[in-house]
Amino acid sequence: MAMTVKFEKRLNPSVAMNVAVPLLSVLAAFLLGAVFLTLTDRDPVEVYETMFKGALGSRYGLSETIVKAIPLMLCALGISAAFRMQLWNIGAEGQFYMGAFAASALPLKFPDLPAILMLPGMLVLGCLAGGLWGLVPAVLRARWKVNEIITTLMLNYVAILWVDYLVYGPWKDPKGFNFPLSAKFSATAALPTFGDSRIHVGLLLAVLLAILFWIVFEKSRWGYEIKVIGSSEQAARYAGMDIRANVYKVMLLSGAVCGLAGMAEVSGIVGRLQPNLSPGYGYTAIIVAWISKLNPAAILVVAILFGALQVGGFFVQTTGVPASVASMLQGAVLFFVVGGEFLTKYRIVLSRKEVV
Amino acid sequence: MGEQAFFIAILSSAVIAGTPILYAALGELITEKAGVTNLGVEGMMLIGAVSGFMAAIVTGNSWIGLLAAMLAGGAMGLIHAILTVSLRANQVVSGLALALFGSGLSGYLGKAYIGIPVTEPFRSLPLPVLGDIPFLGPVLFRHDVLVYLSWGLVLTLWFFLKRTRAGLFLQAIGENPGAADSLGIHVFGVRYLYVIVGGMLCGVGGAYLSLASAPSWLENMTAGRGWIAVALVIFALWRPGRALVGAYLFGGIDALGFHLQAAGVHLSHFFLQMLPYIFTITVLTVVMAKRGGRLAAPGALGLPYDREER
Amino acid sequence: MAKPLVQMRGIVKKFPGVVANDRVDLDIYAGEIHALLGENGSGKSTIMSVLAGLYKPDAGEILIDGTPFAFASPRDAIAAGVGMVYQHFKLVEPFTVAQNLQLGERQGSFLLSDVGIRAEIQKFEVRFGLAVDPDSPVWQLSVGQKQRVEIVRMLYRGSKVLILDEPTAVLTPQETAELFVNMRKMAAAGCAVVFITHKMNEVQAVADRVTVLRGGKVSGTMLCREVHAQQLVWLMVGREIALNAERCPRGICGSEVASLKNVKAFNDSGRTGLNDVTLSLRAGQIFGIAGVSGNGQKELAEVITGLRTVTAGTVEYLGEEVTNLPPVELIHRGISYVPEDRLGMGLVPGLDAVENMLLKSYKHPEFSSGWLINRRAAEAATAEIVRQYNVKLAGLSQPVRSMSGGNLQKLLLAREIAEHPKLIIVVYPARGLDVGATESIHKLLMELRDQGTSILLISEDLDELMKLSDRVGVMFGGRIVGNFAIEEVDLEEVGLLMMGLFRSEEERIHGDDR
Repeated sequence: MAMTVKFEKRLNPSVAMNVAVPLLSVLAAFLLGAVFLTLTDRDPVEVYETMFKGALGSRYGLSETIVKAIPLMLCALGISAAFRMQLWNIGAEGQFYMGAFAASALPLKFPDLPAILMLPGMLVLGCLAGGLWGLVPAVLRARWKVNEIITTLMLNYVAILWVDYLVYGPWKDPKGFNFPLSAKFSATAALPTFGDSRIHVGLLLAVLLAILFWIVFEKSRWGYEIKVIGSSEQAARYAGMDIRANVYKVMLLSGAVCGLAGMAEVSGIVGRLQPNLSPGYGYTAIIVAWISKLNPAAILVVAILFGALQVGGFFVQTTGVPASVASMLQGAVLFFVVGGEFLTKYRIVLSRKEVV
Repeated sequence: MGEQAFFIAILSSAVIAGTPILYAALGELITEKAGVTNLGVEGMMLIGAVSGFMAAIVTGNSWIGLLAAMLAGGAMGLIHAILTVSLRANQVVSGLALALFGSGLSGYLGKAYIGIPVTEPFRSLPLPVLGDIPFLGPVLFRHDVLVYLSWGLVLTLWFFLKRTRAGLFLQAIGENPGAADSLGIHVFGVRYLYVIVGGMLCGVGGAYLSLASAPSWLENMTAGRGWIAVALVIFALWRPGRALVGAYLFGGIDALGFHLQAAGVHLSHFFLQMLPYIFTITVLTVVMAKRGGRLAAPGALGLPYDREER
Repeated sequence: MAKPLVQMRGIVKKFPGVVANDRVDLDIYAGEIHALLGENGSGKSTIMSVLAGLYKPDAGEILIDGTPFAFASPRDAIAAGVGMVYQHFKLVEPFTVAQNLQLGERQGSFLLSDVGIRAEIQKFEVRFGLAVDPDSPVWQLSVGQKQRVEIVRMLYRGSKVLILDEPTAVLTPQETAELFVNMRKMAAAGCAVVFITHKMNEVQAVADRVTVLRGGKVSGTMLCREVHAQQLVWLMVGREIALNAERCPRGICGSEVASLKNVKAFNDSGRTGLNDVTLSLRAGQIFGIAGVSGNGQKELAEVITGLRTVTAGTVEYLGEEVTNLPPVELIHRGISYVPEDRLGMGLVPGLDAVENMLLKSYKHPEFSSGWLINRRAAEAATAEIVRQYNVKLAGLSQPVRSMSGGNLQKLLLAREIAEHPKLIIVVYPARGLDVGATESIHKLLMELRDQGTSILLISEDLDELMKLSDRVGVMFGGRIVGNFAIEEVDLEEVGLLMMGLFRSEEERIHGDDR
C-alpha cells in the first residue's frame, strides 16, 4: 500500500479558502518579514509594535492611515475595473501622475477661478488625462495585441518624467527658492477636509465610487458584458458582444479613476505639483485590488490595511528601520496570496493506491 | 568634442548601458523559451544588485558579489518557479508580486549600504591589440570583463539552442510541453531549472549596475530596465543575437540623452530620459503589428502545464 | 498459439463524472494489425492512452511479453517499447523533422548530431516505405507527412507496439492507402500495430482482428475475416432500434426557413471542412444529420450561425441571403445555436445559472430597465425554466461548471428556446446524458417542432435521429452523402453511409472524394 498525494481540481472554488487565504497570507508575510528583520539584527516584535502603534494607536496615526489609504482605494478601484476584463493595467502610477498634472494646470494657469469652477474643473481634467493615458495602451492592445503590461508600465515612467520636467522647468515656482515645486494652489483648489484633520473629501469620492462600481459591475448591463468577456471571450463572441469597444471603454474608465486619485492627492493633500507625489500608490494598489479579489467593499478595507502598513513604515524609520520594510511586506502578502490561490482551485487528496 | 569622438562616446556608453539589460533579457529569454513568463525581472535585478553590492563590500571582492547576485536572483527564480510551475498560479501576477517584493526587499536591505564605495568594482579592461583598433577599439574593446562575458553568454546561448540536445529539449518544452512530456522529457523539472537560471542572469544584470557601471547602490536603481528587458525579448523574437543588438540599441537611446546634454543640445534631459520608454513602446508595437512578431513566441508561453487536463 | 505481446486485464479508468474504461480486457499479438472500433466516447482512445503511459489506470494490469508494467509516464511506456501516434500530433512545429526525431532519442550525446538519424531514416524508407525529409520544418509538411514523421519517430525509438489513434481522420484516400501498405510492412516485420478508428471500411481493408468498444466496455473481439459489416454496426451501436410509436404525426412540412447552396468552408486546420453542401431546412421539421463527429458537422453548424466563414456558396434565411453575416445579426433574426461545446462556448463556466441565462437576452426590456439588469426578473425567469425543465443545480447563484452534463444541456437548450427562434441548431443534444434527461430533451425538441420551429439536429446517435427526425441527412467527408425522408430510411444503410461504406463499388470510388 502506498500513500500518494494528488492534486484534484475543484469544481467550485472553495469559498472558505477565498477568505482564509488572504488572511493567512498576511500572517505569512509578517512571518517572512520577521525572518528578514531578525537576519538584519532587529527585533521583529518591536518593529511590528512600533508600526502598529504608529499607524493605528493615535488619532494622528489613524488620520494618516486614512490619508494614505485614499489614493490606494481610488487606484485599486480603477485597477479592478480593468482586471475584471483581464486587462492588466499596471499603469495606475502613470495615470495617477497624469491626473495630478492635468488637474494642476487649472489652479496654476487660472488661479482666480471661482471655487465652483475650480474643483469640478480639476476633477474633469484629472479624469480626462488619466483616461487618455490608459487609452493609448488599450488601442495598442486591441489593434495589435501589444502586451498592455509593458505599455502601461513604460508610460508610468514617461508620466513621472513629464511631471518632473514641469516642476523642474516651466512650472517651477519663481518664488520657490529654486526648489522643484510648482506654485502653491489657491484655497479654492483644495479639496475640503473633514474637520481639522487631513482627511479630505477624496475619501467620500472613494466610497461613492466603490458603491457605484459595485452597482455598475454587479448589476448593470455593461457590467454583465464585462463579466462575460473577462470570463470567456469565446462565449462573448458567441453572444455577439463587441470586445474591442469594451477594451477601450474599460481602460478609459480605469485610467480616469486613477487620474482622479492623482487629482485628489494634489488637491487635497499636497496643494501643489511636485515630484514624488506617489510613493508607489499605483503599484501597491495592484496588490490591494488582487487581494480584494476585485471586490469594491473589500478594496476599501484592504486599502486601509495597506495604508496602515505605509504609515507604520514611516513611523518605524525613527528606530532606524528603513521605510521600505512596508513595501517588502506588501509584496510578500501578494505572493503568498498568489501561491495560496492554488488551495482555492485545487483540493489536496491523500489516497491509498493498490500497487500493481 | 570632435564628431568622431562624440559617436565613439555614445556607442561606448551604449554598450555599458545595454549590458545590464542584455543579461536580464537573456535570462528572460531562457525562461520564456521554457514557456514561463517572468515579469519579476525588475525585482530580481534589484535583488541581484543589492546582494552583489552588499557581498562585495563585506568581502571586499566583487567576484564574490557577483556570485551572491547570481544566488539571490536564482532564489527569486525558484520562488517564481514554485508559484507558477507547481502551484500553477497566474504567471503575470506572480511575476508582479516578485517585482514589488524585490523592490521593497532590496530597498530595505540596501539602506544601510547607501553611499559606501565598492572596494574593487569591475573596472574597464582594455583588450590588447583589439583595444587599439581605431573606432571599434574604444567602442567595443575597452570595457570591463562582464561586458566581454556577456558576449560569451550570447554565443553560448546561441550555440546551446541551436546545436545541443538540452537546448532542443528546452525549446520543445516551451513550444509543446505535451509533446515533450509524451517523449519522456521531464517538463516540470526542466522548467524549474530554466526559470532559476533566468533569475540568476537577472541577478547578474542587476549586479552589473551596482558593481560595474555605477558602481553604487540606490533604491530602485534599475529604473525600469527590468521591464525594458522583458520587452526586449519580444523585440528580439526570442533570439540571443537579436537580443544583443536590441540591448545596445536601448542602451544607446539611454546614453544618447546624457551625451546630447553634454553636447549642449537644448532639450530638457527629462525628455531625453523618456526616450528608452517611448522607444520600447514603439518598437513593441511595430514588432506585434507585423505578423512575424506574434508567431515567434514559444507556442505554450504563459500556460501552466497539466498532463491530465481533458 | 503464440503468447500475446501485450495483455491488458480489467483496466478501469475514470474521469470526473464518467467511467471511460470499464474493466477492459485486450490482447495484442506481435505481427498483427489490430483494430479498435467504436463511436466517440466508447473509450477506445482512453484505453490506448493508458497503454501508452499517458494515463494511469484506476485498476487493472498491463503485461508486455508476460512482464507486468506500471507506467508512471509516457517515457516508461516508450522504454517498454510502446509508441503511440496521437490524433493531435505531438510534434514541435517549428522544429525540423530531424530535430523532432532527436527529441525522441533514447540516450543522446550532448551535442546534436543527425548522422545517425539520417542513416536510420534511410533504413526505414527501405524497410517500411516511410519516406521523410530530415531537414524540412514540420509546419511545412502535409498532414500525411507529419503522421509519417510520428511513426518514424516511434520506430526510431524502438517501439514494438505501435498505436495509431484515428490515423486516417486527416488523410486523403491516397495517403490512407499508403499508410495501410506501411502498416502491413511493419506488422510483417514483427511489430504489433493497433489502430483506433470509427471507420469500418478501414477495419475490413487492413486489420487482422478487431475489438469493438461501446460505452467503456468491450462488446466483442473477433477475426476480421470472420465478421460482417452489419455485425460490427450492431456491436458498435447496440440496441434494437424501434420506431417510437409515441411520436406525433407530422403535419405537412412548412415553408423553407433556411437553405445552403453549394457551401464550402475550411475547418480549423485549414483543410476542407465543408465540401459543397446543399441543404434545405423547413418550418415544423426536424432535419437530422447523421455522421461520426469530424466529418463537417461542426462546420455546418458554424456557417449557419455566422461563426465560420463561407468560402463558396450561399446561405439563405427567410428568403434573404445571410452568408457571412456576423453572429449578432443572425441571433437577432431568430437563429439559435446549442453548440457541442456546452461549457465554454454556450455557457460560461464561472458564471451562475441566472447570468448564463442572460447571455443573449441581457438587453431585453424584461430583464433590464435602463442600464441596470433586473436580476430579480432574470432570477424568476431562470427559476421558472429550472422548474419547467426539471434542471438540477446546486443553486441559482452557483457557478454552472458544477452542474452535470444533462442539466447543463437542459439549461442551454431552455435558454435558446426562450428566444423563440425560427431556426435552432442543436449539436449532440443528448451526448453524455442519462435516459431521463435524454427523454426530456427529446420531448422539448419535438414540442418545438410542433410549434413550427425548424430544427437542425446533428447527432452521432442513430437512435436519437431515428426517433426525432422527419428527414435524415448523412454527412461524411464534408458532404451530404444521403438525404432521406424518415419513412425511406433504412437504418443499416445509414449506418454504413456513416462509416464511409457505400452500397456500390461505384459509390465507393466517387463518394469518398474530398
